[in-house]
Amino acid sequence: MPKVWVFAEVHNGKVDSTALEILTKARDLPGAEVEAVALGPGATDAAKQLGEHGAGSVYASDDDVYGDFIAQPATEALYQLITEHSPELVLFAANYDSRDIAGRLSAKTGSTLMSNASEISDLDTAQHAMFGGNTLVDVKLEGSPKLVLVRPKSFEATPGGGEANVVAVDVAIDDELKKAKRLERHEEETTGPKLEEAPVVISGGRGLQEAGNFELLDQLAASIGNTAVGATRAVVDSGWVPYAMQIGQTGTTVKPSVYLAFGVSGATQHIVGMKGAKKIVAINKDEEAPIFQIADLGIVGDALKILPQLIEEVKSRKG
Amino acid sequence: MEWPTTRRLHRDDSGYSACYCKHPKRAVSAQLLKAETLARTTIEEGSLNIAVCVKHIPDPNLPGELDGERLKREGVQGVLDPGDEFGVEAGLQLKEAHGGEVTLFSMGPAVALEAVRRGLSMGADKGVLVSDDALAGADALTTARVLAAAIRKAGDFDLVIAGVESTDGYTGTMPSTLAEFLGLPQLTYAKSLEGAEETIKVTRQTADGYHVVASPLPALITVTAGVNEPRYASFKGIMAAKKKPVEQWSLGDLELSAEDVTVNQSVAGVGVAEERKAGEVIEDDGTGAARIADFLKEAKVI
Repeated sequence: MPKVWVFAEVHNGKVDSTALEILTKARDLPGAEVEAVALGPGATDAAKQLGEHGAGSVYASDDDVYGDFIAQPATEALYQLITEHSPELVLFAANYDSRDIAGRLSAKTGSTLMSNASEISDLDTAQHAMFGGNTLVDVKLEGSPKLVLVRPKSFEATPGGGEANVVAVDVAIDDELKKAKRLERHEEETTGPKLEEAPVVISGGRGLQEAGNFELLDQLAASIGNTAVGATRAVVDSGWVPYAMQIGQTGTTVKPSVYLAFGVSGATQHIVGMKGAKKIVAINKDEEAPIFQIADLGIVGDALKILPQLIEEVKSRKG
Repeated sequence: MEWPTTRRLHRDDSGYSACYCKHPKRAVSAQLLKAETLARTTIEEGSLNIAVCVKHIPDPNLPGELDGERLKREGVQGVLDPGDEFGVEAGLQLKEAHGGEVTLFSMGPAVALEAVRRGLSMGADKGVLVSDDALAGADALTTARVLAAAIRKAGDFDLVIAGVESTDGYTGTMPSTLAEFLGLPQLTYAKSLEGAEETIKVTRQTADGYHVVASPLPALITVTAGVNEPRYASFKGIMAAKKKPVEQWSLGDLELSAEDVTVNQSVAGVGVAEERKAGEVIEDDGTGAARIADFLKEAKVI
């Protein structure tokens, strides 16, 4: 039976959630044997969760080398594993490290690499969206192994697999591949729910006029409760808020119950990251703003005027 | 500051193998290129030879269109990818700090020369454009293979710079593939960067913060928007750019055949996604906030 592999990033001992989403999808592909590869500290422990989501076997190594150096050691290990086991399709999350590894692997295997897939149709066809998600393109891949980067949140992760058989990976990594070294790791401090998990997401764009006005979004988030605050790329590029808050093509993909966009015009790059929201509310001065075309409720008005009023309205309704 | 030439990507006459001259035994094998006589760039010691990848794309401010199965490019106003301006600026700043030369590399039809000229008008020294009819519809793998061949042919570089992803195709994998072909370590998603004696150090964007990552040279880096403030091309710069040298190469010039650039992905179908419909859009007459609060209540989030 042809093998489908899922490369699972493990950070701080935790499996990247996108890998679990992709495994859930992969186990439903007919006629495929699903396996996972996890490299770096915590990989062996991750096997349990990967098995629960559909991996029959997990090739794992806890070696620090995979976390300490960018892309090259993991590419080498994957390449050797692929040479030995000949998977037909290798799926990666479209995340930072995986993108780097998949890119290098493409050069080593000489196989084509497809990015931004939002659906895996079968072992050689995947789909991606263009123009803000309005156009869906089916892409047929040839050669072996086929490499595909899958966008986070394309599928829902549900357990339902079984127990994975752990196969220890023992690949010698040449010093030549230990050059791009991580010296320091910093995590931005966040309070409240994570952007990708919050049931309500509030985002701000250029229409908020200056960085200080993001404070109003924080206040609104606090009054609604269980709400995360995000931003557009324009605002992040301007340095108003950290990149960790960026929602869009580059940045985080969110699928909350309600998405509130303040002073966001609705550039394609942003829409791709939030159009999966159940309900969208947009507030913008410009009645021509593209965001109104996908909003369930659109208010043409000044976000800075409406925000303080809305904070009060929410407070009074919550009693 | 000393930049010994020994750390440059070196290619000997037996083939396009990359290695540190100091450590020939560590030579990294070149994946696909054949031996060729080299036109070595002569860069003074203590300076940096920098390659910057640039792409000519349809103006991202205009709505995109499909021409059959591919992104429509013909007859569409093109620009230098705004994301690549950060790469050009990064190269120029490093050159200004350490001395050296910035060479732009692009792959695309003849019209892509506009993007190269744009980068030259910002201050880059020279350019290389690879054009060939066989490259229409190239994927990221093919693009990386061609750019790797062009970079190797053009000289020995200390640093290769690219944007994180193109604004039109946004696959975001070409630079990594290029790094592998060139046998270079990669420092990606740079929010800021600094060159030091023989290394480059970047703050690398991560999902929940950033990492500080360093590598000896030669290396490849990708830069995010926001890593710097790209300069505007001055009138003088635009005039000067017209006289700067641009090499135009075909696949033959790179000793690549049509077979080397065969693309293994094809469009099997194009469909329309189920579109979200616009709901109610109202002018704020002072009751906008109350309407939103009602909406939140109905959605049961307050």
